Amino acid sequence: MSVLVLVEPGDELSLQALALARSLGGPVHAVSVGAPAEVAADVLHVAELEGSYAPGAWATAVTELVERLSPEVVVAAGSDRGNEVLAHVAARLDLPLAANCTEVRGDEVTRVRWGGSLLEQARVHAPLKLLTVAPYAVAAEAAGAASSVETFAPALSEADLAVRVSERVETASAGVSLTDAKVVVSGGRGVGSAEGFAIIEELAGLLGGAVGCSRVVTSAGWRPHADQVGQTGTKVSPDLYIACGISGATQHIAGCKGAKKILAINDDPEASILAHADYAVIGNLHEIVPAISAELRKARGT
Amino acid sequence: MNVLICVKRVPMTGGKIVLTEDEQAIETRHLGFTISPHEECGVEEAARLIEAHGGESVVLTLGPPEAEEQLRECMAIGADRGILLVAEGAEWDAQATAAAIVEAIRAEDVEYDLIVFGNESADTGGYQVGIRVAYALGLPCVTGLKGLTVEDGRARCEQEVPGGRDVYVVPLPAVVTVKEGLNLPRYPSVPAKLRAQRKPVATSTPARRDSRLEKVRLALPPGQGKSAEILGHGPEAAPAVVEVMRGLGVA
Repeated sequence: MSVLVLVEPGDELSLQALALARSLGGPVHAVSVGAPAEVAADVLHVAELEGSYAPGAWATAVTELVERLSPEVVVAAGSDRGNEVLAHVAARLDLPLAANCTEVRGDEVTRVRWGGSLLEQARVHAPLKLLTVAPYAVAAEAAGAASSVETFAPALSEADLAVRVSERVETASAGVSLTDAKVVVSGGRGVGSAEGFAIIEELAGLLGGAVGCSRVVTSAGWRPHADQVGQTGTKVSPDLYIACGISGATQHIAGCKGAKKILAINDDPEASILAHADYAVIGNLHEIVPAISAELRKARGT
Repeated sequence: MNVLICVKRVPMTGGKIVLTEDEQAIETRHLGFTISPHEECGVEEAARLIEAHGGESVVLTLGPPEAEEQLRECMAIGADRGILLVAEGAEWDAQATAAAIVEAIRAEDVEYDLIVFGNESADTGGYQVGIRVAYALGLPCVTGLKGLTVEDGRARCEQEVPGGRDVYVVPLPAVVTVKEGLNLPRYPSVPAKLRAQRKPVATSTPARRDSRLEKVRLALPPGQGKSAEILGHGPEAAPAVVEVMRGLGVA
């Protein structure tokens, strides 16, 4: 049984997709577009495509290989691009697509629902299975070199390039980004106001971390959506996630469950967040957060 | 211009998901229902486009008869009328859902300039219905929008990527899928909610296709119900917190 995996150069999630593909047994063909990816596949197919990302063109690269190699499974990363390109492939071939899988056993897959708060076992009724791999569900394979590399030039139609990135607008980065931060200090409803975030910012600053928040906070307009941690916001994976005044709705947990450790600061000892936290301090965050900042300063002698 | 926004009724799961005994669904007896935050932004965006350009915004859902409640909520934000596709039988997969939506769009007298979906649904998260509908209708599709400007028959679409934004410009008609953060949806006023009760909803029952991605059972992920180590109560816990931070190498 052969497997085809869509990979992107320098992409951790692609190496996770490759690991899942490898676990299925049989030869692993990888395809990358524009430039070769550093993957230890049996064969790496490099699609010669110039210019910026165009989902339709990437889909054509995949479907051409599907025709040529007749794989039984096509795998991609559960990233925005991986999900998008395989959805194009699925639409063209009129096949089901199982997005964000964690496991595959024959015709059955396990996939995530609700941003990872729920698992679904599903049966795929198709001769060719299309699936993407849920981020961080499978340990990534080490980067490496393919046993052989073949280049090909997909035959593109005009429609393949109708949707294409025409411009990249760079955003000036302000401080530590949520996705890269070692520590994220997040505030929820319990913070009470936009001004209330001053103590959250102070603690994040002392720890060299980033400020996050829950959906209630962005809906209230206290913080911009870019700060939102959650299923429909940013998914974070810091060493320590400090949830201040956050009850712990599944929407929020989907965004912070990637943290190594979670500390909850909450006045409600029954809050849902405690079922997901490693540590907790019970009480008023408006007293506790400044006390932690003061303690950090004291310890540093500043 | 005419804008169609497609939404999905989902339970408000709160802090903890509980499954029904047969493991086929979430136990919703004590839960309210809503739509995905992505879709809410889509409804708001559709309303703003109509306010700026004139025309009609229509909200469509495929779901149980009770999903009319979600259509009314969307009409309170701004949609002018609703289309309810009553889904019979077990859960519909993405292919069946897309096929029913395509049929409903073709049956409409209006030509839609923009067909809007959430980037992915809150519950099943299949990431594909919008793209499938675009293919069936022969339209371009841009996904994951965090910015949208419509001008001179074209849509300028902005997608958030690490370090910045990717811009796509596509001619209308087009399909777009949007993400939360595109805008800040308004809270509907009481008069808007009352008006929404009187707006028309067209109901039909599409034929169901067999699921090719068939749900077998649901399960809660392992590692639920951790019990947190209580470091203390109130500000007196600060030294213990800093101790933990040192242990983790982050202080």
